[in-house]
Amino acid sequence: MTIFLFVILSSFLFALILFGLGQQKFQRMTWVASLLPISLFLYFSSFVSPIINGEVFTFFTKWVPSLGINLDFRLDNLAILFTLLITGVGSIVFLYTTQYLKGHPKILRFYTFLTIFMGAMIGLVTSNNIITLFIFWELTSISSFYLISFNNTQAESRKSAIIALSITGLGGLALLAFAVLAGQITGTLSISEMLQSSEVFENHEVSALLMVFIFLAAFTKSAQFPFHFWLPGAMKAPTPVSTYLHSATMVKAGIYLLLRFTPHFQNNSYFFTVLLIVGGITMLYAAFQTLFKTDLKGILAYSTIGALGIMVFLIGIGTTASITAAIVFIVVHALYKACLFLVTGTIDHQAGTRDITKLGGLRKVLLPLSIAGFIAAFSSGGFPPTIGFIGKDLIYEATLHGGMNPVFLTTIAVLTNILMVFAGLVVGVKPFTGKQPEELGRVKKPHFLLWLMPMLLATLSLLFGIFPGMIESLFTHNITPDLTGEESPHLAIWHGFNLIILLSSITIIAGLAVYFLWKPSYKKESSMIKFNAFSPKRLALVFANQFERISYFLTRFFQNGYLRRYVMIILVLLTLVFGIHIFINPRIFLSLKEIKALNWNEIVVLAMMLVSVLFTVFTKSRLSAIAGMGVLGYTMCFIFVFYGAPDLAMTQFSIDTLTVILFVLVLYRLPKYLKLSNRTNRIRDGIIATSFGTFLAFTIIEIMNENPVKATSEFYAEYAYKLAKGKNVVNVILVDFRGFDTMIEIVVLSIAAIGVFALLKLYLKKHEK
Amino acid sequence: MNEHLTIYPIIVHLITAVLLLFFWKKPKIQRYISILGSTVGIVIAGMLFHRVWENGILSIQLGNWEAPFGISMVADTLAVTLIVLTNIVSFALSIYSTENMVSSRIKFGYYAIFHFLIMGLSGAFLTGDLFNLYVWFEVIIISSFVLLTIGGRKIQIEGAVKYFTLNMISSIIFLTGIAMVYGATGSLNMAELSRIIPEIENKGLMQTISLIFFIGFGVKSGVFPLYFWLPASYHTPPAAVSALFAGLLTKVGIYAMLRVFTLIFPLGETNQIILMIIAGLTMFFGGIGALVQKNILRVFSYLIICHIGFMVGGLSIFTQVAIVGAVMYMFHDIIVKATLYMMGGIMFRIFGNTKMEKMGGLMDNYPKLSFLFAIPLFALVGIPPLSGFWPKISLFSASYTANEIAMLVMFIFASLITLIIIAKVWNNVFSQNPESIETKSSFKYFKDFNFAEKAAYVVPVVLLVGVTLYYSFFAEHFQLIATRIGEELMNTEHYYNAVFNINEKTKL
Repeated sequence: MTIFLFVILSSFLFALILFGLGQQKFQRMTWVASLLPISLFLYFSSFVSPIINGEVFTFFTKWVPSLGINLDFRLDNLAILFTLLITGVGSIVFLYTTQYLKGHPKILRFYTFLTIFMGAMIGLVTSNNIITLFIFWELTSISSFYLISFNNTQAESRKSAIIALSITGLGGLALLAFAVLAGQITGTLSISEMLQSSEVFENHEVSALLMVFIFLAAFTKSAQFPFHFWLPGAMKAPTPVSTYLHSATMVKAGIYLLLRFTPHFQNNSYFFTVLLIVGGITMLYAAFQTLFKTDLKGILAYSTIGALGIMVFLIGIGTTASITAAIVFIVVHALYKACLFLVTGTIDHQAGTRDITKLGGLRKVLLPLSIAGFIAAFSSGGFPPTIGFIGKDLIYEATLHGGMNPVFLTTIAVLTNILMVFAGLVVGVKPFTGKQPEELGRVKKPHFLLWLMPMLLATLSLLFGIFPGMIESLFTHNITPDLTGEESPHLAIWHGFNLIILLSSITIIAGLAVYFLWKPSYKKESSMIKFNAFSPKRLALVFANQFERISYFLTRFFQNGYLRRYVMIILVLLTLVFGIHIFINPRIFLSLKEIKALNWNEIVVLAMMLVSVLFTVFTKSRLSAIAGMGVLGYTMCFIFVFYGAPDLAMTQFSIDTLTVILFVLVLYRLPKYLKLSNRTNRIRDGIIATSFGTFLAFTIIEIMNENPVKATSEFYAEYAYKLAKGKNVVNVILVDFRGFDTMIEIVVLSIAAIGVFALLKLYLKKHEK
Repeated sequence: MNEHLTIYPIIVHLITAVLLLFFWKKPKIQRYISILGSTVGIVIAGMLFHRVWENGILSIQLGNWEAPFGISMVADTLAVTLIVLTNIVSFALSIYSTENMVSSRIKFGYYAIFHFLIMGLSGAFLTGDLFNLYVWFEVIIISSFVLLTIGGRKIQIEGAVKYFTLNMISSIIFLTGIAMVYGATGSLNMAELSRIIPEIENKGLMQTISLIFFIGFGVKSGVFPLYFWLPASYHTPPAAVSALFAGLLTKVGIYAMLRVFTLIFPLGETNQIILMIIAGLTMFFGGIGALVQKNILRVFSYLIICHIGFMVGGLSIFTQVAIVGAVMYMFHDIIVKATLYMMGGIMFRIFGNTKMEKMGGLMDNYPKLSFLFAIPLFALVGIPPLSGFWPKISLFSASYTANEIAMLVMFIFASLITLIIIAKVWNNVFSQNPESIETKSSFKYFKDFNFAEKAAYVVPVVLLVGVTLYYSFFAEHFQLIATRIGEELMNTEHYYNAVFNINEKTKL
């Protein structure tokens, strides 16, 4: 199945071709871009019936075998469902955008990133190797970064894009950690093979760590509380992007990940409990927020978060019924949410506003669009006979029959759904009903694609609602991990009178009541602002700002620009190393015998050394300090003389003489003697210097007591004349035994000479800089 | 004699440099000679790599004095891979410098010093003698100092003084360490030391000496709190010089650590903890430093520091997998960091500035160039499957296996903060359109370049991006190399046997 690999990677090739076309050419043929999602949709459709019959398609080739990473793709029930959603909604969005962004100067960039994004999503849901899954996961984050900041001249867009990328980037790294850890423990990176050692996900002591990482990954991507806030910000993207990212793709990736790994964690009750809690909080919180928004896309953003919360919540219940409900709800939500986004987009495109308080009565001009909006709103609210109704049925079925506390679970599900009814109606119905406000002005009829595409989605919502049998087999066959062995529920509009129907009716009636009684307004929106101080977004931004402030302070503190500070830090570290060594491991070898062995001339030289050091430190004149240094150098020469190294002494002697002369020459160029440090500083420096010297000396004395291997020095002494024909051993070492060192040192001197020459002679002219 | 190949990478650049000195006042010829020299360098590096890969570690005793009495040069897989990468970078920079370096700089020996520096790097990678390593460090420091100051302005000299002082101190510390080792063991041959040091009873002393080495190398590689010279100097010289420094100089410090702390002083528990803490702090301070910088080149400088933490961190975990991760990271980092500064040079030509507030709109005005630049930036972040991503697999899994969760968290932190920083850079420089771009009268902007001039800037970047892409999509090749390096480093008898010419029965 090599063609399979090609299909999965085709988006990236296609994006490259588009990029190569250039804006000019592409602008005249934007429809070309839609060919890819349409053909991919058709291609994947052809797999539906074999997969329903239990077949699984795989492609495998080695990539980085030494890390266990392979191009391992697998098309099973869950994957096919997602690929159809991705390419199907993709086709619609691609076509819609040809009109929505018609003539936009950056339309090429838009399609390039959108194509890459689609490819990443397809790769994500078909990967069977967890590392390739991660690769595509990150690609979705990156391409969505560009899509969100598509209006790159707007500061708000750029900021939202960074927030989205930071949050999903954190999740991405968590996913990598999860992948690597899971791979370590199970010994494979193949997701399906991991299932065979699923016991590690339950009992292993690190399953806690695994869960932390997978939750972080899924919750950030799927905008669960408290990571949800990047999603409303991402609404800064052009509406087709929002449609695509938030209905069928990006945010569903987290849900997909959870679904994919549900079988692995199936006996781990913590896994499901956390999902239940986080999903529950998210759906209630987000649904409640929709009451206070006036921007259509703001409402859609929160209702999307709410829907994602419902999905996580359903997975958290952890029964076959609830997982089926979650999967059905994914499709339900994709259909109505994509439709509502497109409706909003067209309204925005034609009327120039998305402000719900300013919209109304648009049914006259935008009749076909209003029909699509109505159907989508009904599906969102769970009105019969849309597929939304079936979805809601399944949710209640799941909450009533699963979990520890059905009453509580059902109550919060009903509450959330009531608010979701409201949110759907506000977006899909309100702009079209009532009277058209004066200030809206003349609204032009849209291009047919701008209403046909949402209409298409709405039709599907209706069609699948009336004939659920058309898609039922997609959900019921093997797609749900066999959790409890129970049958997955049957999809139908009518199950007869029962509690569920009652709950559904209550939901719809209460939702309608909220819709008619509660009017969104600026006043309500601003009344919520005072709570913003505690919102996760606000906290995160405050944290980011404080972090940046502290970063600035710390960086300035350490990198303060003063060389003396840097030198001091290095010396303090060294002093610590020596000091700790001396104190931990005191081996002080000072015997009276050795001190007695000192003879008079040595003592005199030592005294001279001491005096010259003190003199250098305490003198107030530069010239005498240099003289003191010179004396110190000469006393060193004496030591060399006493211990039998006259040639070394000669070298040291000439170097010291030269240094003193050079210093004196430089002195004339320097300003007058200044005291730049205060008393405390000098005492501090004195302590550092003294302890450094003392500790170093002790360490060196300790080394003197080691017994080194004498082979090398004996070899030099013995063979310097015999083999190297030189009578002076030091010379022979320098020019023969270790002649290479000397040669390189000569190079060093040459380089230094060139450098000095250039420093003195080369002045660049202004235009050369 | 086939082992002579071991030192050819050094000889090539020595000859090139000396030859360049003969054409002192002829910048045009110098440019050709340099490119030619670098080309030969790549070929020879490739041959050496091939030889070592096929036949195992290669060594030569200079002056034919048998080890340990003379100086041994040893080409193991780590050394030769670094030599190959060094020569690739040097080749790209030879081309890049033809335009980036004005003729007057070349007339004052820029190219000669450049090749001396490459020679120094190659020597440092190849030497098997502790004192000889110090001598190579001298070459590296002095030539980089000259490159920093050549044609220097006030700001360059200021940076260079800090650079030189701190690096000189680090060399003296290193030399002190060498003296101590020699005093205690009587040997400078690294292979021999790997046998002598475990026999020494005074473990505390050895521990202390190893930390002296760590401080010495730490300054060079730029770990916390020893990195100060790096942000102070890297943004000052012309792009070609910064690129060379960024790609290779800090990595010599890392190389020295990898070598010394596997061969001579294999990390004990205490040192592991110390290195781990240092690595964590390095990632932290590098990251936050980069976060608050306003100049794009300084952002890159701090990111260098931040990413040094990955390599030191890998070393500190001290399992074979972790070393593989560190080495993989090093390969990626050499290429990408050099590319970054070369890009910085192009941006400087476009905007006449490297302050981010005075840049912008690259994506709208130069879409193809932006696409090119995006690749190294993403690779830096570690967006999979680009090169920065692959080492993380080994690093993550090693820290988990060694039960160093704190290290894992720090790796994640450093990756995340890099992501955020690069996203910020992208927003400021690529995405946001500038309000106004000042035009300097006596400045040659990128848009005024002719085709050849543009090519001299862009082609080397394309070349290195090509290497990055190769790494990214054929990571298996690098992973195999790194795995073998890990094996060689953790089992020192390979190295010892190669130096002392003991035939290994089982070839790797």
